[in-house]
Order: sequence, then structure tokens, then C-alpha cells
Amino acid sequence: MIPGVSMIHILILSGVLFTLGALGVLIRRNAIVMFMSIELMLNAANLAFVGFARSMGALSGQVFVFFVIAVAAAEVAIGLALIVAVYRNRGSIDVDMVSDLKG
Amino acid sequence: MSSSDLLSVAPVLIISVWAILLLLLDLFIKNKGLTASLAAAGVAAALVVVIVRFGSDQVAFSGMIVADTFSDFLQIVILITALLGIAVAYDYLRRMNMERGEYYTLMLFTVAGMLLMSLAGDLILIFLAIELLSVPLYVLSGFARPEKGSEEAAMKYFILGAFSSAFLVYGIALIFGSTGTTNMAGVAASIAGNHANLTLLTIAIPMLLVGLGFKVAAVPFHMWTPDVYQGAPSAAVAFMSVGAKVAGFAALLRIFVSALPELSQTWGPVVVAISAATMIWGNVAAIAQSNIKRMLAYSSIAHAGYILMALAAAADPSVSEEAVSAALFYLFAYLFSNLGAWTVVLALERSEGRGLLIEDYAGLGRRRPALALAMAIFMLSLIGVPPTVGLIGKFLLFRVTIDAGLTGLAIVGVVTSLISAYFYLGVVIKMYMGTGEPESRSEGWLNRSAGLTALVTFLLGVLPGPILILARSSGFLTP
Repeated sequence: MIPGVSMIHILILSGVLFTLGALGVLIRRNAIVMFMSIELMLNAANLAFVGFARSMGALSGQVFVFFVIAVAAAEVAIGLALIVAVYRNRGSIDVDMVSDLKG
Repeated sequence: MSSSDLLSVAPVLIISVWAILLLLLDLFIKNKGLTASLAAAGVAAALVVVIVRFGSDQVAFSGMIVADTFSDFLQIVILITALLGIAVAYDYLRRMNMERGEYYTLMLFTVAGMLLMSLAGDLILIFLAIELLSVPLYVLSGFARPEKGSEEAAMKYFILGAFSSAFLVYGIALIFGSTGTTNMAGVAASIAGNHANLTLLTIAIPMLLVGLGFKVAAVPFHMWTPDVYQGAPSAAVAFMSVGAKVAGFAALLRIFVSALPELSQTWGPVVVAISAATMIWGNVAAIAQSNIKRMLAYSSIAHAGYILMALAAAADPSVSEEAVSAALFYLFAYLFSNLGAWTVVLALERSEGRGLLIEDYAGLGRRRPALALAMAIFMLSLIGVPPTVGLIGKFLLFRVTIDAGLTGLAIVGVVTSLISAYFYLGVVIKMYMGTGEPESRSEGWLNRSAGLTALVTFLLGVLPGPILILARSSGFLTP
């Protein structure tokens, strides 16, 4: 590990990234930006996995990161397809505009 | 890895291999009824395997898979849901002009994810299984594309679903950091041996609850449910309203009862609060609904609250086994009552979203007496009125909640059940007292599904014995 960088630093960085991602989903209204924020949250978890794996000397945490990356890629494929479909039909991906279902 | 390891995941293997083959075969199949039958055959084969190996407890793949009676019971529930889901989908897809073979393939992938959820012995596998079940479900919600409502439902479900899985995976990362493992038995051992970092665990538990609470539609993570249920194709909703809930509860029970029993003081009260809020909000909000799909969506939220009572009771180690079996029985009961109600919704729905108001059910009692009787049985069962299985399910839940010393929660459950009688009986009264000429579909598999679910709902209310014994023997979670 780089000298001077300890587990707690990694954990703080990952916590900050996760919070930024969560705020992004809650505040931003553009579906693509919301989706990017979700990716940020997943990568914050990846960072935490790698950091913990490093500090414990356990490889398993690094393997989990590959799983998360693979899942995130699958989500991108589906998510972008859905967003494109919505855009074609409505000409907007602002989630406030896409709200016909109410009751 | 040995051959017995493979046997423990045989149902998942059958379903996933069959799904991949079917994806190819479907290209050459003109008659989509054949695709549906082939999909159903795959599910039936998996069901046979589960029933054959029922009762043989086994920990496989170095603790990744825990195949015990708990998972066997849930797998049976999931596979029956899938069979009924296929049966009700065929005619619906054809008349709504979305007869595409992928529907069944996607359903099979979802089923594979649900089965894995019930078999998972490791938190990472829970995450992978939840994604395997969710990603095809996002597509199924949008299956009526280019219909705007369906697309909107899919997008909402997708964004909120991905958001909640991010919480789940972060919670898992924190548990890994705290205990050095993601294996559930390992996590439990590490906490029991005081090797775990409790601060990280205290942050991780709420994150797991957010992630899984979303899947089972618990308040305050339920906002997606009414919109998705209303917008998505009804056949897909019929399937996912049961399947996703069963899988979500499989994971919740497995994680909290077998991996985190030592911390029940921390999560117990939180689950009590979520359960009470879910029962109250689900039932109260359902009263105001005029669309039957939205009403059933809130009803499904409310039922998540009832099953959460069992999780709250399971925080007390002396009754945890009993609580788990009560939850299992309730899920079995919910499968038939809820999927049955959706079958009737499918029979009355017409193109462009007509036939979905509770108003449209007026006069069904005269026009289709058998269908109306089935609907009445489902509604009574969802309230919990004798002689239906819903009563026995609720009785078991209330009793175990009181045994766990949570009398207040049980009272909330009883009071909200009374409130729920208002909107469920509203449908029954509309069917028999209202005047109207409802148009409904009479198709073989739809009628057979409605008849079968109504029959089981009624019969299990009179003779619950066999399933009760089965649920009792499945309440123990292999550590």
C-alpha cells in the first residue's frame, strides 16, 4: 500500500463517493445522470472492497469487484436501452416529465 | 466441487441452461404457444428435481450454496409461481399484441435468480442472484413497449432498483470489512467470537435493509410499487408480485436469521418499525385506489408488512424457527391468493388499459359467476377470513409475533387487517351488487389457473395440515 494511505482514508473516500452518488440520484432529474450516479455508488463499494481486501491480505474482496463490475455492465446494457426507448417515445429523459402513472 | 454439489444447484442449472437453449430455439418456433409449453416443461423438470431431493440438507460449493429444507420449500413456491405465470401469460400476450418468445426466456432467467436467492449461503451470491432476478424483470416491466406506461414503469423500476442494489452491495462491502468474510456462517461465527468491527456492522445493517426492503416493497422503499404494477404488463406483474417477494424474503430471512442473529437487538426494533409502517401505509393507501392494479399493488405492500412481522419475531432466538415457518406458510398462501387475484384482473383487462377500474367489475357476479366466485375467494383470503388459507397464514403470523413479545405489532396487524376488509370487500360488493355488463376473457389456461388457485386457496383453508407440516419442518435455517 502507498505509504501514508491507510484503510481509514480509503474508507472515507469510498464513503464520500457513495454519498455523492446517492445525492446525485436524489437531486438530479436527468435519467442518464441519475444512472451515472448509481455507477458512482457501485464503484464506491468496489473501492471499499479493494481497500478491505488489501488491509486484510484477502484476495476474495478483489474478486468480488469483478462480479460487481460485470453486474454493472449488464445494468448499463439494460438501462441505456430503456432510456433510449423512453427518449424515442417522449423526446425527453427528464424523470419529472416521465410521470403519467399516478394515483 | 463434487457431483453432489452440482445436484444441490440442479434446479438452477436446469432453468438457466433451458433458458439459453430456449432463446435459440425460439427463433425457429412460429407458434409461441410451443415456446410457452417448452418453458413450462423446463420449470416442471426443475420442480420435480426439487421435490425429489427435498429434505436432504447440504452445504455445497464451500458454503456458497446452502440447500436445506428452507430453500427447498421456497424453491417449490417459486417454481409453482413460474408455472402459473407462464400459464396466464400466453393468452394475455397474444391478445395485447406483444407475443414475443423472449418473454418466457426472460421469465426463466428471473426464476433462476429467484432460486439462487433461496439457495445462497454467501452475501455475494445474494447480490448476484438479486441482479439476475431484477435485470430481466426490468425488461419484462417494459415489455409492452412502445406503450408509454410500460416504458415509464420499466424506467422507474430500473433506476430505483439499481439504486437499492447499490445500497445492498455497499452494505455487503462493509460486512466484508467488518468480519473479513461474506460467507453467512463465517459472518455469524466472527460476530459470535467478537472478531467483528461493530461500528461497520451497525452501518451495514440499515444498508442491507434498504436494499432488500426495496425488493419486497416495504415502506418507505415502496414508492415504485404502484407505478410499476400499474404500468407493467399485468401478466408480468402477476408473476413478479409473488416471485420477487418470495425471493426478497428468502434473502432477508437467511441473512438476518442465520448470519446476524447475534445483533438481533440492533435490527429487531428497526424491522418492527418498518413492518408496522408497511402494514399501515399499504392498507390505508389502498382504500383510495380506483384502479384495481394500483389497489393490488398497495395490497402487496401491506402483505410485505405482514411477512415482515415474522422477521421481527425471528429476532427472538427462542421463536425464530417458528417465525420462519410462519413466514414460509404465509408466502405459500400468498402465492395462491395473490396470483389468483391477478388472474382475474388479466381476464377482465382489455387493450389500451380498459377494464382495469374497480368500477369495471360491476355485474361480474351475474355475467361470470365462477370467475366472480374465484375473485371473492381471493379477496376473502387476502383479508384473512375463514374458510380461506389467508386466515391460517395470518393466524400463524400473529401468534408467533405475540410469542416473541411483540403484542403491539400484532395489534397493528389485526387492526390493519380490519381496515383492509373495506377495500377488498368493496370489489366483492361491486361484483355482486353493482350493475354493469363487464367484458371478460374466457380462455382455457386463464380459467384453469383461476380455478386451480381458487381451489387451493379454499382447500388449504379447510385442510391446511400437509403444507403446515411441510412449513414447520422447513423453519430451521442451516447455519
